[in-house]
This record gives sequence, structure tokens and C-alpha cells, in this order.
Amino acid sequence: MSWAGKLLRVNLTTAEITTESLNEEWKNDYLGSRGLASKYLSEEIDPACDPLSAENKMIMATGPLTGTSAATAGRYVVVTKGPLTNCIACSNSGGFIGAEMKNAGWDMVIFEGKSPKPVYLYVENDKAELLDADEIWGTSVWNTDEWLHNKHQDPLLRIAAVGRPAENGCFYAGIVNDLHRAAGRSGVGSVMASKNLKAVAIRGTKGVGNISDPEGFMKAVNEGKAVLAENPVTGQGLPAYGTQVLMNVINEIGALPAHNMKDVQFDGAHAISGEAMHEPRKSDGKPNLTTNAACFGCTIACGRISTIDQGHFSVENKSQYWGNSGGLEYEAAWALGADNGVDDLDALTYVNFICNEEGFDPITFGATVAAAMEMYEDGVLTKEQTGGIEFNFGSALALTKAADWVAANEGFGVDLALGSKRLCEKYGRPELSMTVKGQEFPAYDPRGIQGIGLNYATSNRGACHVRGYTVASEVLGIPEKTDPLTAEGKPGLVKAFQDATGAVDSSGICLFTTFAWSLDNIAPQVEAACGGGWTAERLAEVGERIWNLEREFNLKAGITSADDTLPARLRTEAAKTGPAKGLVSKVEEMMPEYYELRGWSTDGVPTEETRKKLGLS
Amino acid sequence: MNITLKCFASLKRHLPNHAKANQAPVEINENMSVHQAIDYFKIDREEAYLVILNGVFVCPPDRDSTMLKENDTLALWPEVAGG
Repeated sequence: MSWAGKLLRVNLTTAEITTESLNEEWKNDYLGSRGLASKYLSEEIDPACDPLSAENKMIMATGPLTGTSAATAGRYVVVTKGPLTNCIACSNSGGFIGAEMKNAGWDMVIFEGKSPKPVYLYVENDKAELLDADEIWGTSVWNTDEWLHNKHQDPLLRIAAVGRPAENGCFYAGIVNDLHRAAGRSGVGSVMASKNLKAVAIRGTKGVGNISDPEGFMKAVNEGKAVLAENPVTGQGLPAYGTQVLMNVINEIGALPAHNMKDVQFDGAHAISGEAMHEPRKSDGKPNLTTNAACFGCTIACGRISTIDQGHFSVENKSQYWGNSGGLEYEAAWALGADNGVDDLDALTYVNFICNEEGFDPITFGATVAAAMEMYEDGVLTKEQTGGIEFNFGSALALTKAADWVAANEGFGVDLALGSKRLCEKYGRPELSMTVKGQEFPAYDPRGIQGIGLNYATSNRGACHVRGYTVASEVLGIPEKTDPLTAEGKPGLVKAFQDATGAVDSSGICLFTTFAWSLDNIAPQVEAACGGGWTAERLAEVGERIWNLEREFNLKAGITSADDTLPARLRTEAAKTGPAKGLVSKVEEMMPEYYELRGWSTDGVPTEETRKKLGLS
Repeated sequence: MNITLKCFASLKRHLPNHAKANQAPVEINENMSVHQAIDYFKIDREEAYLVILNGVFVCPPDRDSTMLKENDTLALWPEVAGG
């Protein structure tokens, strides 16, 4: 069982809050979290709706394992139609609020309509109420968090909130929970703010019960934890170096996009790497990295807690940023650093703090700044338009100023809040936006890692690495090594990763377990928790069903096969250095086989046979 | 002959004292395979999980037969991942 079996429906227009039983049929077909919330959203809204209108809904959802003793079982998702992409959006976050929601007795919360005034949702077990948020509207996530903790006098209250960029309609604002974990991508925070919903504060003390086979569950969970502890990646590498260990790896193999993806290697990569975060600073002898950190129930603890050099220009006279806070993960360090040609670790850490404090996605923000820097160097943008400062690649000052401007929605920040697609279109250079379906790329160049390019092109939420992380196989040899430079066999690899990821996301655990676990390790935990015959094969089928459900949502929203591609730069401008020198992405060559394996027509539409096989109706 | 040795993450401890930014120019004997070089630097073959020669991954079965050349760059990591 393991599901709480109940959801909260919050009508923000009428301030009416009701409870419902979870749909029995759907939870067996879609498991929970990403899958189940996507099913509810698909059934309840018109995919063609304006994402920032009252017609759109926003669902916060947990999985059946969320809040249990399974390793990493703290995950929750935010599912909605995303303003950045106009596609289905699903942003996944860790921290503690997901487990708290489950402990309060709720599998998910569905927000609909729009409140006439700023409010926040307060949940204490069975009690749920909308309270006035006038005092915190117009303030940051961190201020909101502190205000709510003070108001409710409860240090264990778990809070997810939006900051000022979301309120101002930034297309890539996220929802930050527990101060520095985030449902960060696709602009889900802007949807929340468009509903005048400032925060969700939850306290749950019920515990998570309903375990189908408690003894079997403990056995499966303990076996899974032993695998994570003994694995060198999840037991040693990630705790010590975090995801940032990848910076030097990806640069070495020539797949680190730099300078708005003009280059595939960055000379300053080492200076912003996981290794550099361990090195003592000249000024005070302290390293950037203070310690690692774990989300709820996590035995990996990949999170980074960092400080900024107090003498660094970004924090001069800003003592509020001198303490420890959430540090750089690989994707943020890449987007803020390599993509902008900035090798200043303190500047990157400062911007990362601001992204957490104010709630905006460092990947899209960093890539948008990179596009702006290229337009500046091309003479499309002038110094007058960029706030009176030089906006060249490599400028840490431009990067930090840009973050401050987006946070406050002032000056050039108004333009930067558009994201790179809309920004580049505004200034007549749409080809400089490195996006798929409007969302910016993460930190792997499709010319040097061919499979990830196909994954980017087909990801249902726009360019995204965590929809099908073939880098694990193509670069890191997990579960087995494949050649990153060839297209052969990649459509099948991409599909397998995408389907498995859908199942992992929907269970309520962290994707990082899959560096050590396969679905064979996860299925016994789901089965013992839920009962009903959960096998690895069934989980993969659920993942495939979810992928097709999301695809059908996007097709109804207006997406076509023409959107399943990469920017021309990656298809026509060859890599200049490294092993991929002379290569472009072979995404067009891979696509027909991918469609065929998916059971889609040559136009990228699921066939009737596929729909019937997966029970889509 | 001279090569550049790069050791990252927990393998950093195997770098010579003159190393900077996780890399160092080093001198090795001629006709050394990748595996022989890893042995020469007293690195556990199994710990050197990710072996990248001039940017290209060398599969374990090829590490005995792949020979190093002058000015090669040999980069080593333990088993790592991120995302």
C-alpha cells in the first residue's frame, strides 16, 4: 500500500480546500509522484492552456516510498504546464518537505485557480488552511522561510516558497524548499506565483504507515542501503566531491560546453571543479567546501555546503552571505562558469546563493547570460543595454550583476528573466539560444556525447539531463561503457534510460541511487511497500507509459516532431577540440530509430498499437 | 619520455609534489602500456576505474596493449558519477 491514499485539493479562487481519495486505478498504472501527478494534470487541464493563467493547475506530489525508511526517500515533484517550454513540466526536489507532506498524511496537493490576494498554504497533519501572505509578498525565499518559522514558532516546519523573480514572471523561477533544495526547472515557480501562492508550509507527525509487508520492506531497504554503501560512487565519490567531480571528467573528454556552446572545452574548468572546492583559499586558508549534506533519509549525502571568500568583490559589504549555505552542484557550476567563460569559484558560489535565496534556475539563468554575452560580443547588445558594464565572456562582474538584476527585476535583468529563447528572439538572433522546446541545455555537449543529444531532443520537458542520463553509460561506464562518439545503439540506450527514470522518479526516491541500483534493486522495495506485484519489468513499463502520457500532453499543447531537434549550432558547427573534433550531433540520424523503438509514427505520434499496449486512453 | 599525468578525486594522492591543478609533467620509460604506467605510479589498477588517454576512454581489456607515446596525457579517476 504505502500510499497515504489521500490528496488535498486547494481551490485558490474560492479558498475552498477539500480532500479526495487517491485514484486506485491510476496509482497502479502510474505509481506516484511524477507519473501519477502527470496523469491527474493530463486529465484535469487543457494542455493548450496559458501556463500562467488560472486555468493551469500545479501539483505537488510524493511517491509511495517518500517518507519511508528507504534510502533517499525524500523526493517530491512539482507537475504543471511550464511557462518556459509550454510543455508539461515536472521538477523534482529533495530536502525534507516531501517526506513531511507524506508524514502529514497526503500523497499530493493539487492547486487550482488563482487567489485574489497573496496567500500561503499551511498544513498540520489533517488541518489545512490558506493564510494571508501580504507581509512576505515581494520578499525572498529565505526571508519567507524565516518569517514563517517565526510566525508559527515551529523550527521543524518544512517550507517551499517562491521568491521575487517568480512574482515578477521570470520564465525560469523555481520553487525552493528547505532553503537550498529546489524544484528548479521549467518555470514551475512562476506558475505558483501566478496563482498568488507564496509558500507551502507543512508539519506532519503521523509517520508513514500502510507498508504492505513491513518485514520484507525492512529487508529490501537494508539490502539496498548496503549496496549504496559499498558502491564507490554512492559510498565514497558523491559524498566527498558531489556532482562537481564531473567538471574535470567532462572537460577531459571534450564534452564540456563553453562560451554558449561555441566550444567543447574550457581552460578554466579546474578552477571551478569539485577538486578546486577542496583547495584552501589564499586569503583565509579555508576551502570553498565546508561539508557535505544529505536530504531526508539519504545515505549518499552529495549536497554541498560552502562559503564565499569574505574579501571577494561579490560579497563586500554583504555580510549576510559570509556564512555557510548551499554550494555548487555540477550543473550550476557549468552553466554559471564554463558556459560564460567565468573561472571565479567565489563568483559562481555567490550567484548560486542568490539563485537559492530568490528562487531561479541557475542552468537557464547561466545559459541565458551566455547567450547575452555572445550577443554583446557580436555587437547586437551595447553597454548601455547591459547596465553600463562590459558583458563579455569571462566577466565575473557581469555574471554577478546579472544575478542581482534578475533577483530584483531591474535593468537588464528584465530581459534576462525571459530565458535565452525569448531574449535571443527579441534581439533578432534566435539561433544563439541553446535550447530544446525553450529550455536550456545542461552540462554535456551533444557533439562529444551523442546519446545525451538524442535525450535532450526528445525530453518531454525540454533539454534536460535527468530525463535519460546516458552520460552514466557513455562516459562513466554505468552500468556498462558505451562509446560517446557514436550514434549506433543510442536510440535504444536513450529509451531504456528514459523509461527507467520515469519509474524511479515516480517511486519517491532519488535518481542518484541508480549509480548503484538497477530497477532490480528498486522493485523489491516498491513491492514490499506497495504490494500488488511490482517487478523490474512492470516498473519499466510504468516508465514507458509515463513517457507516452507526457508526450501526448505535449502533442495536444502544440509540440510536433519538428521540435524534437537541437539548435543548428550543434548539428552544423563541429567541435573544435578534443576527441569529438570535427564531429557534429547526429541527432537527425538517430531520430527515426528512436521513434520506431518508441512505437511512434514517423511524425512522432504514439500509434494506436502503442497506446493500446500501454493502456493509454 | 615525457607525459602529463592527471589524477583526480581520491587519486590525487598519487601525484608528485610538483603537481598543480591535479596534473604534473612526469617522465616514464619508453614502451610502457597504460597498465604498466598505472603500476609505475603505484596506483591500484582497480581504483583507476576511469582511464582517459588524450581524452579517450581506454577499456580495461585494452589497457595492456595500449602503449603510451611522448607528450600523451593520461588522466585517471576512481569510479565517480554526478549529474
